[in-house]
Amino acid sequence: MLLRGVALLAGCYIIGQIIGESLGHYLGINNNVGGVGFAMLLLIIAQNELEKRDLFHVEMGEGVMFWSKMYIPVIVAMSSIQNVRVAFNNGFLALLAGILPVAICLIFMPILSKSKNN
Amino acid sequence: MEYIIELLDKNGLIVAFLVTGIMVYFSEGISVKLTNKKLPGSAIAIFMGLVIAYLGGILTEGKSGIADIPGLTGFKVMGGPMFRDFAIVSTAMGASFAVIKKTGSVGILSLFLGVIFSFIAGVGIAYAFGITDVESLTTIGAGACTFVVGPVTGTAVGASSDIIAISIAAGVVKSILVTIGTPFIAPYIGLNNPKSAMIFGGLMGTTSGTAAGLAATDPKLVPYGAMTATFYTGLGCLMCPSVLYFALKIIL
Repeated sequence: MLLRGVALLAGCYIIGQIIGESLGHYLGINNNVGGVGFAMLLLIIAQNELEKRDLFHVEMGEGVMFWSKMYIPVIVAMSSIQNVRVAFNNGFLALLAGILPVAICLIFMPILSKSKNN
Repeated sequence: MEYIIELLDKNGLIVAFLVTGIMVYFSEGISVKLTNKKLPGSAIAIFMGLVIAYLGGILTEGKSGIADIPGLTGFKVMGGPMFRDFAIVSTAMGASFAVIKKTGSVGILSLFLGVIFSFIAGVGIAYAFGITDVESLTTIGAGACTFVVGPVTGTAVGASSDIIAISIAAGVVKSILVTIGTPFIAPYIGLNNPKSAMIFGGLMGTTSGTAAGLAATDPKLVPYGAMTATFYTGLGCLMCPSVLYFALKIIL
């Protein structure tokens, strides 16, 4: 049962990545467009459908939950392999070109958050 | 000694589990003892990761932070895109489809605003530094989106390699800033619910930065932010070397 959960997650992941990769391919950009997003949607839909049919076993959920809990350690490992040196060594231009966009985009946060859902 | 390093590299992923586990353990301790739980342990651990990545970069002059140090190469697997994306997808379990559907349109709007305004900001800074050719400006503007969009765009429009290096650096600075800054800025920008997390992901775009920053703020928000952020790099790669490049060419 545990492995069925992991397999469900893996299936959603692979199908989502294929959709993202194909979308990028057909748009003519050599890049993945939203593969992770599609995979997440698939997982949410699959879980809902299985629950409706009473096929979603608790242990299956645990197979997915394990990875969900591994998320922070994985992110810590990801931070440890970033090219931090290049960020520091490319001077003021790179530093400002990284900081200013964040500052400007943050201005939109309250405006968009207040917008009505439709 | 050499055979031990060889053994560690052969079991790289397991070594990475162990070292990361130790880092997380110590950062939990620091969180409780030194900051009275004001700074979450995960935020400290992520920051610690960035520090050792910098040290790794200085020691080896490599590109992959700590993973360039012999014996620690397994970090490349554990922190690489496969595990990262797999773990991000798993966080979607239990996320509310209704919220995502409802916030969908604002999320898409935030994506476009995020790409366009990051680009403009990057171009503006580059211009202020005396860069005037359209190709270089476009590349640095693209780098202000994410560190993937920069080199993809730079290659497409034919920018020089030092400009591409600057664009990557700008993207990395952005990702690090979002990683560290999100927990601090969150209370001021209302970043405490799924809707605002989706907007935040769309505006910031850097998947690694948003995912790590939200993890340090509130892990429940991660799936929503990651959901939109994952479309950002693709959209940036689509728009920067085409629409935005031509628009800039017309203006200048």
